[in-house]
Amino acid sequence: MTTEHARQQPAATPTDESAVLEVTGLDVHYGPRRRRRRALHDVSLSVAPGETVGIIGETGSGKSTFARTVLGLVRPSAGRIVIGGEDVGAYGTRQWRRLRRRGVVQYVFQDPLRSLDPDLTVEESLSEPLLIQGVPRQEAADRVRTFLARVQLSEDLLDRLPGELSGGQRQRVSVARALVTEPKLVILDEPVSALDSANRVQILQILKDLRAAGTALVFISHDLGSVAGVADRIAVLYQGELVEVGAARDVITDPRHVYTRLLVGSAPTLRTASADRAERDRLRALLHA
Amino acid sequence: MTTLSEKAAPGTALKPALKTATPREPVAPAAPVLTVRDVRISDRVTDREIVHGVSFELTPGKTVGIVGESGSGKTLTCRATLGILPPHFEVSAGSIEIAGTDIADLTPQQWTALRGATISAVFQDPASYLNPSIRVGAQIAEVIRVKKGVKRREARHRAVELLQAVQLRDPELVYGQYTHELSGGMLQRVLIAAAIAADPRILIADEATTALDVTVQAEILDLLAELREHAGLALVIVSHDLAVVAQLCDEVLVMRDGEVVEQGTTREVLHHPRHEYTRLLIAEHESYGLDRFLTPQETS
Repeated sequence: MTTEHARQQPAATPTDESAVLEVTGLDVHYGPRRRRRRALHDVSLSVAPGETVGIIGETGSGKSTFARTVLGLVRPSAGRIVIGGEDVGAYGTRQWRRLRRRGVVQYVFQDPLRSLDPDLTVEESLSEPLLIQGVPRQEAADRVRTFLARVQLSEDLLDRLPGELSGGQRQRVSVARALVTEPKLVILDEPVSALDSANRVQILQILKDLRAAGTALVFISHDLGSVAGVADRIAVLYQGELVEVGAARDVITDPRHVYTRLLVGSAPTLRTASADRAERDRLRALLHA
Repeated sequence: MTTLSEKAAPGTALKPALKTATPREPVAPAAPVLTVRDVRISDRVTDREIVHGVSFELTPGKTVGIVGESGSGKTLTCRATLGILPPHFEVSAGSIEIAGTDIADLTPQQWTALRGATISAVFQDPASYLNPSIRVGAQIAEVIRVKKGVKRREARHRAVELLQAVQLRDPELVYGQYTHELSGGMLQRVLIAAAIAADPRILIADEATTALDVTVQAEILDLLAELREHAGLALVIVSHDLAVVAQLCDEVLVMRDGEVVEQGTTREVLHHPRHEYTRLLIAEHESYGLDRFLTPQETS
């Protein structure tokens, strides 16, 4: 790990008892033994209650692997994962399922059509996780309506199927579904990448409100711009390693690692112009050297 | 009403420019290579107008940006200027002139001569424009051979030069590779190489960087900026992202539901947006994007 560039070294992170998510020295490999490929190397990250941490990475950086590992969908080859005080590193499939069922950690993926059951109405999709937990029907129905309002959807949509909703509405339903169990942690993997401007703004605003409500969010995206507006801290993944972690403002206004500098310099903004071309060329040469 | 089909195509030689400058357009310093005048595009089957009048003028070395969501009509406008509107769509009013030639008069042969040599384009998914079973270099060489009428050996040599011009690190190696061996950014560079192979004067980039990572997007945009400066290319940059367009363009058109809701210099549009939709696009960056952290002093 290129620690000299990291603002916050893994060792320096206090093992916070109250952290919602504590990942230490995470290694993930894919493929058979002979052709094993490293997807993540020595990734350490801690998320405090109510905190929003953005993880930025481009194609092949390992960001989705990180999400899937924290959700128990991929087994790490080394490292510790603690969710809400529970060491889940050694959990088997069944224990993971139980953990997910308890609704401690929830997730939102890029494509809501694939994370929502196409045969369940909005109401069924939203109440299902509650009913599994044994919440009484009436209470579940009330909670569903509360959360539907929180994602700014009308109750008229309750008996619609996902296929009958617009892309933006669908993504709001999957956000609501992730929230009904009042999880301590929500992992969002590219939640706004498939949406148009108006819907993107709406989802980002909902995420901001969530943070105010005390839910910890891990917001994974390739787009620094969409994360910048929501995250308290930003972690930059590059080729499977966290090269920089810091307060959102610091990472954006004063990036340290060459890759972060290139990333910030490449992200289109309304105020930069092609004048930065020479600087980008320099950073590219540095990075590929 | 000037439709592509209504006007009979005369002869094979390209007709000189028609002197029909509309009064609302300012006098351009250089002769425009592309003039789009109040172009309306209709669906012949449903008899519905999809694009309700687009006008802009492009001179060499300049860049026009079109911003809009999917379905706003930006791609149809591009396709109309390339003469590749989907079946049963037609330019129902207005005119398009490429290097002084009204395209309504063109025969398929004239179109073939014009495309690539005068106007060219790259799109969002480069892989689908290349043959997966032919080495990418050979596909560029073929463009050169057909368009420039040079021998195979010479075409190959020029193809490698083009791959170098689009800043591929090892052009000789890339020449012999297949599409599946190249990344999205590299494929888009190959496509740009093919698009500029016959030295066009206009290059349309329709969401050409949308599917790419931000750092790769910046590489491609930088490459386009460089081609514009060194080869005097006139660019049309089409994107859903106002910021992408703001990087390169002198003039911006904001489209929504087939309508140009805002048009002006990039500076005007960014600093004094008049339409609420443009304000939304700007607000997205200012409240949620990187612009939130950039101080006003950094304004270009």
